[in-house]
Amino acid sequence: MRICGLNRRIIRVLLGSQYAHMLEYRAEIALWALSGVLPFIMLSVWSGSDARSGLGLDGVALDRYFLSAFLVRQFSVVWVVYAFEEDALLGRLSPYLLQPLHPLWRYVAAHLGEQLTRLPFAALIAALFFAVQPQAFWLPSLGGLLLAWLATWMAFAIAFLFQSLIAALCFWSEKASALERLQFIPFLFLSGLLAPLTAFPPAVRAMSQWTPFPYLIDFPARVLAGQPVDLLAGFGAQLAWIALLLPLVLMIWRAGVRRYSAMGA
Amino acid sequence: MIQVEGLSKIYRVAEKQPGLAGTLRHFIRRRTRNVTAVQNVSFKIEPGEMVGFLGANGAGKTTTLKMLCGLIHPSAGEVQVAGHRPQRRQAEFLRRITLVMGQKQQLLWDLPPMDSLRVNAAVYGISDAVARRRINELADLLELGEELTRPVRKLSLGQRMKAELLAALLHEPEVLFLDEPTLGLDVNAQARVRQFLAEYNRRTGATVLLTSHYMADITALCPRVLLIHQGRLFHDGPLEALADQLAPEREVRLELESAVAPDAFAGLGRLEQLDGCDVRLLVPRDQLTTVVAQLLDRFPVRDLDVSDPPIEELIGGLFRQGRV
Repeated sequence: MRICGLNRRIIRVLLGSQYAHMLEYRAEIALWALSGVLPFIMLSVWSGSDARSGLGLDGVALDRYFLSAFLVRQFSVVWVVYAFEEDALLGRLSPYLLQPLHPLWRYVAAHLGEQLTRLPFAALIAALFFAVQPQAFWLPSLGGLLLAWLATWMAFAIAFLFQSLIAALCFWSEKASALERLQFIPFLFLSGLLAPLTAFPPAVRAMSQWTPFPYLIDFPARVLAGQPVDLLAGFGAQLAWIALLLPLVLMIWRAGVRRYSAMGA
Repeated sequence: MIQVEGLSKIYRVAEKQPGLAGTLRHFIRRRTRNVTAVQNVSFKIEPGEMVGFLGANGAGKTTTLKMLCGLIHPSAGEVQVAGHRPQRRQAEFLRRITLVMGQKQQLLWDLPPMDSLRVNAAVYGISDAVARRRINELADLLELGEELTRPVRKLSLGQRMKAELLAALLHEPEVLFLDEPTLGLDVNAQARVRQFLAEYNRRTGATVLLTSHYMADITALCPRVLLIHQGRLFHDGPLEALADQLAPEREVRLELESAVAPDAFAGLGRLEQLDGCDVRLLVPRDQLTTVVAQLLDRFPVRDLDVSDPPIEELIGGLFRQGRV
């Protein structure tokens, strides 16, 4: 029986093949993991700044927040718009559209395969961090870890759906990835990657709660770091964004496929 | 199996003048025009038929194929393939068709074809045992062996195309849309793919619609051809009838014992070439036997050969002359 076009066999085979595919790019993925050290850079900036006191986090808590932000980012990074754009332009999308499986599942599997490949590199970087900052070491409880994993997975789902929405615009504009670059700046500021949201003025903080960005990094990072956080509000907001984006993606996708002219095919 | 009635497709295409001024004008006021890629095309294809789709580049072949398999929505007209409206792309329809495009690939580039075949088997709901049997059968027909366990990027173009065919046919589709399946292959690989397609059609009774730039593909596989030009259908019938229509003359090649003056061939068809003892004449079909008898009677003939001119030349010439 298939649910949303999937069954256990398709999931197993698709994930297996995409993991094997991503392993072929392990060196590149290791560099991607390394290039995600922005939270550590921001940590060093904040650590040496007088403004640190305004963040509401003490030394160890700040270390843990930025390490958690790094880990959450590692497992919620999304690149579907670039892959989709390339597939559409090179005509690789056509065979996918002619198979009885929604093409987005292939991209989901590719992302999960990439995350699995990235796991040891991210773990190594985290281990190096603890070697340099041993006082920041902590082991979250099993419950905390599961909640953080769920929050990170939902952050990935929001980011994936948000980018799929932009990717679906490829059916109208061949270079939809430009829009993705446009949203990167608010993401950078409002997600908590540069600073915990507590660092922002209350008005900005309140406004950011109406965007998906805080739920992509700040919320799951706080859950992982074991900091006080309103779990109900956080998971509720994540669920609401998924519930909003999912039908929107499917609707735009259906309209886009009707328009599709198999560019380059 | 395939019914097409009044099928049309109109694209809106942006127009931009060259240079900076053109770019600025295009940026401020984008101008578009409508391009008719396919115009009022109608035909029927019965189950099991192999039909060739001929036409110059940009004639509308690929656009028609994409509408038939549901990739593009028609601007007007009706299409039924295997009892389905293709543009709805229902799973049941997608299980019954396949599209192979010679220059595009569905196989994962860095993995062996076998990995992509396993994915296809799962997606189409083919059990492991049945998938194994089909892969073995198709691999035998395509002469593929260890290539299936080598990364796709390490395969030659011919091996890759054969693996693509295997992936496209694993679910045993009833309708095959083949767009230039032998493009870029060497002569041997082309012949192998042709043999395979003929054998697949014989074994499964699949319906095949094939476009190709290589006339040998069409002549070897397709008793019936559709000829399309500037989006309009100009011929639908046997290949021989098209050849008769396109080529009212036959080509006679002579090798003589000694050279003869051009005047000597007056009244014996059109002299196309006279190079020493080698002569090439175009003779009206209805006068062929009389002219050949006269040639043998009048000249010291060492060798004589009668054939149709290459059909690529005929089609190209016909379009150049504006006869269609």
